[in-house]
Amino acid sequence: MRNIDVAQVTSALKDMCIEANHFLTEDMKCALENAAKTEKAPLGKQIIGQLKENLKIAGEDMIPICQDTGMAVVFVEIGQDVHFEGGSLEDAINEGVRQGYVDGYLRKSVVKDPLIRENTKDNTPAVIHYSIVEGDKVKLTIAPKGFGSENMSKIYMLKPADGEEGVKNAILSAVKDAGPNACPPMVVGVGIGGTFEKCAFLAKKALTRAVDTHSDIEWVKDMEIEMLQKINKTGIGPGGLGGSTTALAVNIETYPTHIAGLPVAVNICCHVNRHAVRVI
Amino acid sequence: MEYRIEAPLKKEDTEKLKSGDYVYITGTIYVARDAAHKRMDDLLKEGKELPIELKDNIIYYMGPSPAREGRPIGSAGPTTASRMDKYAPKLLDLGLKGMIGKGKRTQEVKDAIVRNGCVYFAAVGGAGALLSKAITSSEVVAYEDLGAEAIRKLEVKDFPVIVVIDKDGNNLYETAIKEYCEE
Repeated sequence: MRNIDVAQVTSALKDMCIEANHFLTEDMKCALENAAKTEKAPLGKQIIGQLKENLKIAGEDMIPICQDTGMAVVFVEIGQDVHFEGGSLEDAINEGVRQGYVDGYLRKSVVKDPLIRENTKDNTPAVIHYSIVEGDKVKLTIAPKGFGSENMSKIYMLKPADGEEGVKNAILSAVKDAGPNACPPMVVGVGIGGTFEKCAFLAKKALTRAVDTHSDIEWVKDMEIEMLQKINKTGIGPGGLGGSTTALAVNIETYPTHIAGLPVAVNICCHVNRHAVRVI
Repeated sequence: MEYRIEAPLKKEDTEKLKSGDYVYITGTIYVARDAAHKRMDDLLKEGKELPIELKDNIIYYMGPSPAREGRPIGSAGPTTASRMDKYAPKLLDLGLKGMIGKGKRTQEVKDAIVRNGCVYFAAVGGAGALLSKAITSSEVVAYEDLGAEAIRKLEVKDFPVIVVIDKDGNNLYETAIKEYCEE
């Protein structure tokens, strides 16, 4: 058994909130670089150029990449041989988010009640997904999620008979409906299978996978490639103002499901597909 | 076409701007988003005066991140305009001349744009750090309690936007997509 002080979790998450909101991961930067070369529309090319410049300014001047610094989604993978000490893990996670958003000049975008809508003024609580894995380490992933694109995400409870075509149509129709609202070029996270909530979780998780990787499952990999091509033929383009770069990647995760169902969740992220990872 | 124009807007500017034009705005604009629009709408329903002058002005749909010391504002890119669609036609009828945001608008908003000779601009979504560089000053003028959603008055210099819906109702989101669609 390994003891971990929850203060380490707080400290890591504080830094991760600030890092994720000012710097994109290398795979995302490369994807934008490539898009700048392949984009066919002159205005689209100009917009991608602005996005690259925006990233540069964000890192150099420490101005968040986007003013919507998101709701903090935290994935916590806990080794089963870990014992936490020093207080509540959940409190420690929220304290890390609080410190990151307050000290890091990040926008506080969370309201305490979905209808009463009073701002909590420190961006807490986070949305936390725990999972227990083998080993004695803790892996933290933070994915601050902006709501321009979150609002355009969808869940479809398809029938088994809808099959592969049904899944592909669902993905394409979510992207088309999102259009300019989701700040394209987007990253499209897809969950297929499981239950209603499991496929939504998978779609969110898919967004944290590097955009230059593919699924290990052959048919899933083929669908990722095919759907990216199809999405980029819609003409939506950068900023929704026309062009050949509507998405930078389609990442799909799957899970076993019920004989009667085929759930599909499409979680859309804008080009500011942010995340930071630490292992304690 | 590319233009440099001043805000508040002049009739000759809104008349010449066409869907697809690239425009740099210099001057004074106002910032308001969801919660501020709701409050302004409530005031109008009660027959009370608004905290800002609408005539010939531009409202930028935006909620900035906090400014670091010595800077006028934090990250400051556009938010999704459709959430303001419920309120926009009334404001346009009362003299608002321009809106800056991102994303689609309803037919009702489009009709109000045409009816009043207005313009809907898009700024590049997710380019908040870059856009903040075109903002030279920011002052909260109403609803300070709303934090990031307060109404602000901004001074901007060469703030880059694209005309999406012009006074004739042409919509770049519809025309540009068709041009590059390969389906």
